Amino acid sequence: MIFLWAFLVGGAICVFGQICFDVFKLDPAHTMTLLVVIGAVLDGIGWYEPLIKFAGAGASVPITSFGNALVHGAITELKEDGWIGIITGIFKVTSAGISAAIIFSFFAALLVKPKG
Amino acid sequence: MLKGHQSWVFENKPVILGTATVVGPFEGRGPLANDFSIIHEDSMLNEDSWEKAEKVLIEEAAKLAIENAGLTKEQVQFYVGGDLMNQIISSSFAARTLSIPYLGVFGACATSMESLALASMIVNSGSAHHALAGTCSHNASVEKQFRYPTEYGSQKPPTAQYTVTGAGAAIVSAKGEGPVVTSATIGRVIDMGITDPFNMGAAMAPAAVDTMEAHFRDLKIQPGHYDLIVTGDLSKVGYEIACELLKKHKIPMQQTEYKDCGMMIYDYDTQMVQSGASGCGCSAVVTYGHLLNRMRKGELKRILVVATGALLSPISFQQGESIPCIAHAVSIEAGGSIS
Amino acid sequence: MANNKKKKLTPTQQEYQELAKRIEPPRPVLKNCLHAFITGGLLCLIGQAIQEMFVHWAGFTEKTAADPTVAVMILISVILTSFGVYDKLAQWSGAGTAVPVTGFANAMASAAIEHRSEGIVLGVGGQMFKIAGPVIVFGTVAAFVVGILTWIIQGGGGS
Repeated sequence: MIFLWAFLVGGAICVFGQICFDVFKLDPAHTMTLLVVIGAVLDGIGWYEPLIKFAGAGASVPITSFGNALVHGAITELKEDGWIGIITGIFKVTSAGISAAIIFSFFAALLVKPKG
Repeated sequence: MLKGHQSWVFENKPVILGTATVVGPFEGRGPLANDFSIIHEDSMLNEDSWEKAEKVLIEEAAKLAIENAGLTKEQVQFYVGGDLMNQIISSSFAARTLSIPYLGVFGACATSMESLALASMIVNSGSAHHALAGTCSHNASVEKQFRYPTEYGSQKPPTAQYTVTGAGAAIVSAKGEGPVVTSATIGRVIDMGITDPFNMGAAMAPAAVDTMEAHFRDLKIQPGHYDLIVTGDLSKVGYEIACELLKKHKIPMQQTEYKDCGMMIYDYDTQMVQSGASGCGCSAVVTYGHLLNRMRKGELKRILVVATGALLSPISFQQGESIPCIAHAVSIEAGGSIS
Repeated sequence: MANNKKKKLTPTQQEYQELAKRIEPPRPVLKNCLHAFITGGLLCLIGQAIQEMFVHWAGFTEKTAADPTVAVMILISVILTSFGVYDKLAQWSGAGTAVPVTGFANAMASAAIEHRSEGIVLGVGGQMFKIAGPVIVFGTVAAFVVGILTWIIQGGGGS
């Protein structure tokens, strides 16, 4: 079942992105930025985690989950360490994604040339 | 000699003694492939970067044009050229190789006719025996500078255009056999408030029409004076807009054939180019390759080439500016049959 | 994204813009949305499959499997970008390949690969975040704001 919801929810979030492209005429950078902020806000009001439980990768693969993870890290640390946690916690949960992107991109740049 | 407000008539009949066009593999798969001097199979031309490849394109075109004119580069007084790269490095670095006194110009995609107009004016006024006019563009270097890294997955809208990887060069001389440059009209910068950099055709069409109007007004002629009028790279969307504007301004284009280089260089059925082609190289290779070949074969007697350019930069766009455009027109007639 | 609301257009410009808008071919919104839906859904499906594999075969829990799953998706995207395949897919799939985290990885990898010609420090290092940078900046700022608001709403104070 979760596979079906992963497909549907993931697809739906991408459709929202496509509407940003074609109807609101936003470029990819603006669209991704908007989605990240939406993910952050949704986790702020506590709606994103239930969405992940329900749709699995359909909610954790789109870039919105990045915003969710950043907020999650901040709030978790806030609960444990108080107000300083808002700053120290932000990158705690997302470090896998950012680290992977940086490391793999770096090595790719050393290994291949652009094809045009 | 000045004619009207913004046009030159070249009474001393400067001749295009030699031309050359060098293109990339994608252009080599298009309908005009047989009209190009060199078609490269690798768009990086075995160089280290797109920018270095673009420089090699214009170097090759310039050297071949000089050779086709039966000259050596020491005999060429001036090189008038430009391109889309920041600080027009492709042309400047080619000028370093060619070692010809160099006048760098920037007209975006209108550079082909801007440089041809200036080279012809210099020769016509007795200020040079031979002048080289050239320009180039490269799809990847332009995407990298103006839009996205070439491997980035962005989806292009139907109004987008594909930048030509190509260089075109011409030698203009005071004497000799060949097509004759008879006049030129220098365009004004026109801005109709279009802000979408993925719809350059709409931004440039008004400039093309403005320059065409000025040309007909200054020279006191009608479109029918020419067998063929081409715009540089308005492509499908810009071309349709230009046709409507020409009708609105009551310019009788039906007296002649009106086409657009951006719609001629690629095959819409097999090549995914949305609206069509763009880039300095577009009007240059189509004019110096295809159109002048047709003229040399006797198929065309008098043509008007109206190259169009969009004068924006990534920064001007990000700062919310609209896209100012310009168009320069040059008329070329078959040698020996001028009336 | 240009902001031309502040610019006053002359009547000629307005008239022209209406003409240009009329001739502008409309974007195939429905077709693009369908393609985005299919591709995005499929990528999430693949992500879900990878996650299940980590849980069942590598001893991760549902929670801890998210990290390696994201890392694998990113690796796949960087590989496809390196082979020059990702950008070809994107013309068809649009947001379907841009919105998933694979699009983020493609943004970084493509920028890094493209700017290698400017050296590995200023080229690869300096330009890597050209497109993806805003995502990190705005994500961080949004998390900070949400964090502060949460702290205030929960009554403030230390630990």
